[in-house]
Amino acid sequence: MTDDHVYLSLSEAGAEPEGEARWAYGTGFTDPLLGVDTALPAGVDGEDLAAYCRMLGDDALVLAQRLIEWVTRAPELEEEVALANLGLDLLGQARHLLTRSGQADGSGRTEDDLAYLREDHEFRNVRLVELENGDFAECVARLLLFATARHALYLRLADHPDRVLAAIAARGVKELAYHREYAESWVLRLGDGTAHSHRRMQDALDALWPWLDELFTPHEVELRLGVDPSVLREPVLAALGAVVTEATLTVPEAQPRAYVNGRAGRHGVHTEALGPMLAELQVVARAHPGATW
Amino acid sequence: MVTVLSRNRAWEVAAAVPDPELPMLTLADLGVLAEVSEQDGAVTAWITPTYSGCPAVAEMAADVDARLRAAGYHEVAVRLRLDPPWSTDLISAEGRRKLAEAGIAPPTAGGAPPAAGGLLRLGPTRRVVACPQCGSQDTEELSRFGSTACKSLWRCRSCREPFDRIKEI
Repeated sequence: MTDDHVYLSLSEAGAEPEGEARWAYGTGFTDPLLGVDTALPAGVDGEDLAAYCRMLGDDALVLAQRLIEWVTRAPELEEEVALANLGLDLLGQARHLLTRSGQADGSGRTEDDLAYLREDHEFRNVRLVELENGDFAECVARLLLFATARHALYLRLADHPDRVLAAIAARGVKELAYHREYAESWVLRLGDGTAHSHRRMQDALDALWPWLDELFTPHEVELRLGVDPSVLREPVLAALGAVVTEATLTVPEAQPRAYVNGRAGRHGVHTEALGPMLAELQVVARAHPGATW
Repeated sequence: MVTVLSRNRAWEVAAAVPDPELPMLTLADLGVLAEVSEQDGAVTAWITPTYSGCPAVAEMAADVDARLRAAGYHEVAVRLRLDPPWSTDLISAEGRRKLAEAGIAPPTAGGAPPAAGGLLRLGPTRRVVACPQCGSQDTEELSRFGSTACKSLWRCRSCREPFDRIKEI
């Protein structure tokens, strides 16, 4: 076995491991929580923890998909690479969170089961992340709102009694810091740019701001778990307001988007944008049940 | 029973596995290999993923498994350890030297990701990064996001060469 290149050494005749592990980038993805202690801490309800991990995991999965849609469409190659990087981080977080969900409720559902085999009404992401991409200003506006809120949330979750969730959050804090900085730099550049970029950046903020509130509106599961997101509202709005002002833009005064009979994304009530997106995300897995590639 | 001698050998086998994306570095140089234990010939190796979405983690696990089996261990388990999270501070001095030698600027020791809550100001990059090709400090960041999640893309204004830099996490 040579040390020159791992992939070459793995494909050498007779090299272990046999079978699919030779093609690790393409098939047989291992459990992203392989061998991690999955015992539930005392006092944490498995069903609630699973539901919560699905909420956070679905946010990350759906936004990752929206970011990947920018590939071949971004204004510059560097931005395309950046958006793909951000999407990859979020996809990784989603894999961990969805795997933890299937463990915590005892269902044994895998990340693939949860990502590919649920209908749109079973997804628990906030509606902000599923909205169609819009222009680049909307892309960075959504990133700024989401990354600022998720960064603040992960900082708190890093102390969660469930050590798996805590570890996912602790890792994510540092990744989200880069995401937020990326979004912030573009909001500043576009807001404090030309009259045209200023107007389009303001339009993007105006369009997305009403969806922000859903991230701070607690679901009953969050209240039972003691992770009420409403405590994030004030600090996150203050942080966002500072960026918006620095970018010479105006903090929108829009009313939060209405719920449907008190229900929204966290309850599985979504916009029309989610279904087509999931159809694309899931089509191969559904066409070839159980296939690995 | 655990024997120090054989545990050291299993560690050395696992520690010598090259990183899939940065093959000039071993998993030990990178600080990804957290622990290796051996009991009655059964070996368990723990590795800590770098970024959440790093696709090389499955490859690392498969390769550690393969190397340990090739070294004669028949009962091998590779497990992930998420806590504490991996940090670029775990890259060894040797690892930093090998990165620079390969033309990749190593991360600053003790360097931190973007500050929480600090207001960003646009302007020239303040961080001084030496060009790994010519050593000049007249370099600029082209993009915070590079060819992989762990790297940013830089350019040297002296020798004109672009280069990757491992970003702090």
